[in-house]
Amino acid sequence: MQTRDIISKPVTVKETNTDFEVRSLDTICINESRIQHPWWHSIKYLVAGFLFGILLVKAEVVSWFRIQEMFRLQNFHMYGVIGTAVVTGIISVWLIKKFKVKTIYGEPIELHPKQFNKGQIYGGLLFGAGWALTGACPGPLYALIGTGATVIIVTLLSAIAGTWVYGLLREKLPH
Amino acid sequence: MQIWEWIKQPWPWYVAGPLIGLVVPLLLIMGNKTFGVSSSLRHLCAACIPANIPFFKYNWRKESWNLFFVAGIVLGAMLAAGLLNNGEPIAVNPQLKDELQQYNIQNYSSLVPLDLFNWPSLFTIRGFILMVIGGFLVGFGTRYAGGCTSGHAIMGLSNLQWPSLVATCCFMIGGFVTANLVIPVVLNL
Repeated sequence: MQTRDIISKPVTVKETNTDFEVRSLDTICINESRIQHPWWHSIKYLVAGFLFGILLVKAEVVSWFRIQEMFRLQNFHMYGVIGTAVVTGIISVWLIKKFKVKTIYGEPIELHPKQFNKGQIYGGLLFGAGWALTGACPGPLYALIGTGATVIIVTLLSAIAGTWVYGLLREKLPH
Repeated sequence: MQIWEWIKQPWPWYVAGPLIGLVVPLLLIMGNKTFGVSSSLRHLCAACIPANIPFFKYNWRKESWNLFFVAGIVLGAMLAAGLLNNGEPIAVNPQLKDELQQYNIQNYSSLVPLDLFNWPSLFTIRGFILMVIGGFLVGFGTRYAGGCTSGHAIMGLSNLQWPSLVATCCFMIGGFVTANLVIPVVLNL
């Protein structure tokens, strides 16, 4: 985030650049629909999350036990789930690109390359440690709360705090 | 109702894995959204406690689909645990069971080990490290890495992005070291 560098430029440019810079290291949507939708159009993402939540629980990938088995090489289950999910994802993305599939609103589907930075190494190692300790990555944190493990609310709040502290220290961290 | 009985069992990896993979095209086709969960933590920071930090100064409302998505996860998990559940204890590798027995972890009735993850144990060193420090590392690490298991390991690899492969390998290395070297120490506390 080098806001200082762009301060001299016109206001409009500054805003776009800042926004892009903030997003550039991230996975979050750079795709912006040109169509404005009323809020209830987002309900479809609630439905997608609902299906994903069922899958996370029924596949038991939210279980601390399954995560320990994975990291101790005691069970193929997690490797099977992630492996087949990736293969399905690769085939889907390939088909979307090949047939130039459009969104339900008729807009072209855009995929952006990810830039490499050292954060993927340092952050990756730290997240791996957190994954082993809590037995959950972010998706399962939400799912576990849904299953009634209310104490995981504390873990989720702690994860939000971790994200916040990252945002605070970001410019001082090696990337 | 044999199908119903089958649904209530845990689903094998070759059923659940491909279905999870289909979330990638589902979100793309619904509205050009790239699959990822950890960003929701950032949007929550941006929405609730931006504190003038540049990283949280963006229009989070534009990304609010992600918050609908995670709310859906909570509701879906509620249904899966409540209705689609046969109440059987979780089947765990006997080797792991033997190991956990040493630390008095014997309750297999839930997806989470209830002996470790409960409100009173939050105030023990062991519970604090697992739940609070662990959670902090999940939030800090995923944002530092720019994604989590869904954003990097599934979405990133689906799009054949090598930085995501680097991130995924680091997730695994961090997890292997922690699970095999750190967790035995923590469970002894």
